Amino acid sequence: MVGRLLARGMAAGIAAALLAFVFAKLFGEPQVALAIAFEAAQDAAAGNAPEPELVSRSVQASYGLLSAVLMYGAAYGGVFAIVFALAYRRLTLSSPRVLALLLAGVGFLTFVLIPDLKYPPNPPAVGLEETIGLRTAMYFAMVGIAIAISMISLLVGRALSASLGRWNGALCGIGLGIALVALAQFGLPDINEVPGNFPAIVLWRFREAAIGMQLVMWSTLGLVFGALAEHLLGSSSRQAR
Amino acid sequence: MNASVHTTAPALAANAGIPLRDILPWGVFGLIMAALLIYFVGAEQGATSLISGHSVHEFVHDGRHLLGFPCH
Repeated sequence: MVGRLLARGMAAGIAAALLAFVFAKLFGEPQVALAIAFEAAQDAAAGNAPEPELVSRSVQASYGLLSAVLMYGAAYGGVFAIVFALAYRRLTLSSPRVLALLLAGVGFLTFVLIPDLKYPPNPPAVGLEETIGLRTAMYFAMVGIAIAISMISLLVGRALSASLGRWNGALCGIGLGIALVALAQFGLPDINEVPGNFPAIVLWRFREAAIGMQLVMWSTLGLVFGALAEHLLGSSSRQAR
Repeated sequence: MNASVHTTAPALAANAGIPLRDILPWGVFGLIMAALLIYFVGAEQGATSLISGHSVHEFVHDGRHLLGFPCH
């Protein structure tokens, strides 16, 4: 059963990634191109040779982007299926579709929005070569903290639901989660490496596209997986289980 | 392992979810696979490097930026 859920999670993740790729191509790539043009202009003004292209821009913007997004979708689709298997009939007795959509929302918050509020996505030309180690460590630390916060909030919310009712229990869990996110934000170092003359509109549009693409990814993942899981769990409960 | 499974089982029996012992092996397998994929999309040839050169980084470059991972 879990193996079949895992396969469906990865399939739903791949479907979600295809839609996210279309979104990224339409809204993200133009901003990446503008950022690279800015970088090239800066290099030229400083008299530096342009960076050599190991992989051509057209490959990066098509097959490279598609591969990266597909790998990301398959990976989080798998994680999603496992979390779903754990939460099914434990977190709530809602139908698989409702649970999947709820967990997709939690996944978007955990893996995208909470880390991005502290360390937002940056276009090319933003970010210093020598801080990549620190930035990577802090980013993944923030993802780990977000995972912990979501688990704590869900478990506290569920525990309080027994005495306070579902609505108030959920509100308490969410409130606690927000407080913990704020605490993490104050605790971790700020990183701002945006060049002073980088066009603000490109930065804004890039970040909109990056977060929008994830919204497409996670909502599609939740809806597609919910339908697949309902079919699977419904048919198996009529048979053996 | 078995002991803890047996002690938690009765409490859940009424609305039994999928048993944890069924989830565990697939969970470990799925998480390892996911970690590997995320590593290659998000960090390889950036902060750390298993394969020398920059070709992996350059190939997933646009995805790495747009998916929100630190790059360069």
